[in-house]
Amino acid sequence: MSSVAVSGLAAVAERHRRRNIIAISALVAGFVAVFLLSVGWGAVPIRPGQVVAILAEPLGLDLPWAFDNRESTVLLAIRLPRAVLAVLAGAALAVSGAALQGLFRNPMADPALIGVSSGAALAAVGVIVLGIGTGVFGLYALPVAAFVGGLVATVIVYRIASRGGRTEIATMLLAGIAVNAMAGAGIGLMTFLSDDRQLRELNFWLLGGLGGVTWEKLLPAVPLVLLAVVVIPLLARRLNALLLGETEALHLGFHVENTKRLIVTLAALATGGTVALTGVIGFVGLVVPHLVRLLIGPDHRVLLPASILLGAGLMLLADLFARTLVLPAELPVGILTSCVGGPFFIWLLVRYRAIGGW
Amino acid sequence: MKTAASWLSVLCLVAFVAARPAAADIAVTDATGKAVTVPAFGPVVSIGGSVTEIVHALGQADRIVAVDSTSLYPPAATEKPDVGYMRQLAAEPILAMQPALILAIEDAGPPAVLDQIREAGVPVVLVPDQPTPYGVLDKIDIVAAALGVPAKGDALRAALRAELDGLAAKIAKVSARPRVMFVLSIGQGRVPMAAGADTSAAGIVQLAGGENAVGGFNGYKPLSPEAAVAAAPEVLLITKRSLGLLGGEQGLLAIPEIAVTPAGQARRIVAMDGLLLLGFGPRTGKAIRQLAGHLHPGLSIRAAAD
Repeated sequence: MSSVAVSGLAAVAERHRRRNIIAISALVAGFVAVFLLSVGWGAVPIRPGQVVAILAEPLGLDLPWAFDNRESTVLLAIRLPRAVLAVLAGAALAVSGAALQGLFRNPMADPALIGVSSGAALAAVGVIVLGIGTGVFGLYALPVAAFVGGLVATVIVYRIASRGGRTEIATMLLAGIAVNAMAGAGIGLMTFLSDDRQLRELNFWLLGGLGGVTWEKLLPAVPLVLLAVVVIPLLARRLNALLLGETEALHLGFHVENTKRLIVTLAALATGGTVALTGVIGFVGLVVPHLVRLLIGPDHRVLLPASILLGAGLMLLADLFARTLVLPAELPVGILTSCVGGPFFIWLLVRYRAIGGW
Repeated sequence: MKTAASWLSVLCLVAFVAARPAAADIAVTDATGKAVTVPAFGPVVSIGGSVTEIVHALGQADRIVAVDSTSLYPPAATEKPDVGYMRQLAAEPILAMQPALILAIEDAGPPAVLDQIREAGVPVVLVPDQPTPYGVLDKIDIVAAALGVPAKGDALRAALRAELDGLAAKIAKVSARPRVMFVLSIGQGRVPMAAGADTSAAGIVQLAGGENAVGGFNGYKPLSPEAAVAAAPEVLLITKRSLGLLGGEQGLLAIPEIAVTPAGQARRIVAMDGLLLLGFGPRTGKAIRQLAGHLHPGLSIRAAAD
């Protein structure tokens, strides 16, 4: 091997490294900017100085920017929990989507495919229509049911595909489709059984939205999402090896079955935890990883953290538009993500025609 | 003696005026049974078509700073900012209107959003919504109390009560109560829904001297073709908007199971404004007169104002 070729490879690696650093820095900067914009912008005008003063008040600081109770409530009890939920939901969906696409080696994979979303939706709709568990769990009945429903559906999908300690990825894909169809039928039945008021509530939940969230409801989702956001990127090298094929990954010394179980579990916990609060929000889990691949390539060591940042940022941005575009009313955010995400994704597909190019 | 009496009366007047705070807070018990304290005479966001109508009927329209998308009457109401559909409200845009009070129909929501508004210190009064004459009178009571105009509320209530009692007496005399099916369309090519018991549609049909043709379920349900035939309605009742969505009378009668019913055969279709028909607001009397006029053509019930 000539030294010229080796130094050429080194140059390529160096170029990639520099590109990755630039891309990640840009994503971090963009995320911070969008977060500040989300917290500072809304129907109730709150000036940046007031934002700082309101946030500083619990720390005992009395800053010169005056604000009243309405402004502090809007910021602390409405905008901030909503922005945090957007970050959690966007990050959870995007990192799960990226990891599952890698695991399944299938560009169509997203968190919905392993049954989390539809299982959660079916359970939530069951709570709305039949009122199961509202006595025991009260405020938490809906999120608890949605979370458990999501996990149960995922376990079913996983069990169907597992045999003698091995999980057939293709079987899992098909089992996911079947479980989704069954959950869809269940949702249809509940829709039929529902009365007028329940039907509206149910539609609202199925459309997905970030409104009406409080800190108490938000708190249980935080550790679930953090777990996925921290642990899934640590599995990047295993996912890279899996891109070569399962046998190849095994020969490289990776525990393939462990990896599958771990990723499916983490993805189910994180998306289950957020879907329980937001309802079904389409497209983010599918599209964000593809956007990142187009930007910086398929290396999971960069893909996973970049997906987290882009997922969280885009969700914040979508929600910012959802709650300010048609003031004083509000759009369901799920409509916005699919409405804007769909055509944009098609444009990307046509422009590059290389979405499957891993 | 005379001077003493006049001095006394002046003193009483002074004491009375002094004892009466300029703008006292008002305590209202709303639809949830909760006591709500409302600052008097502040700006109001009105949610729900019938609630907005009542606020207008009480002469308090200029206090409305925003309405929801179901507030379509009187036309002046539609000129106010629209905070969206009453069941999909968002807290921040409503708070941005700086209201002192949110008057909302019972079904408004989502509940979490109403909680956020309460948390920001703005009282929310939920107005009960029962599709009966007493339900309408209750609505007027609560809205008038929350707005701090109980005397105007009593006047409106008494007038409406007299009107509804008069209508009930006339309608009680009808010999036959035609079977009416209320049809709700959610778009062309979709199965139309029929109104079951406990709906506003069933309520207004009852008051206008008809019988709801579809029994056995509550709320609005997709109508199976055979059930539609079995219900054998003599009159089809529909909102103008639904009829438009179906493509007019032609479109409605093109649905085979509807065409074969007695109502379809006789082309007895009554199309009315949705908010008037189902709102159960101050125009309930007018709605009853219009519908009863169609159901009982022999009955002279229409007022000149209609």
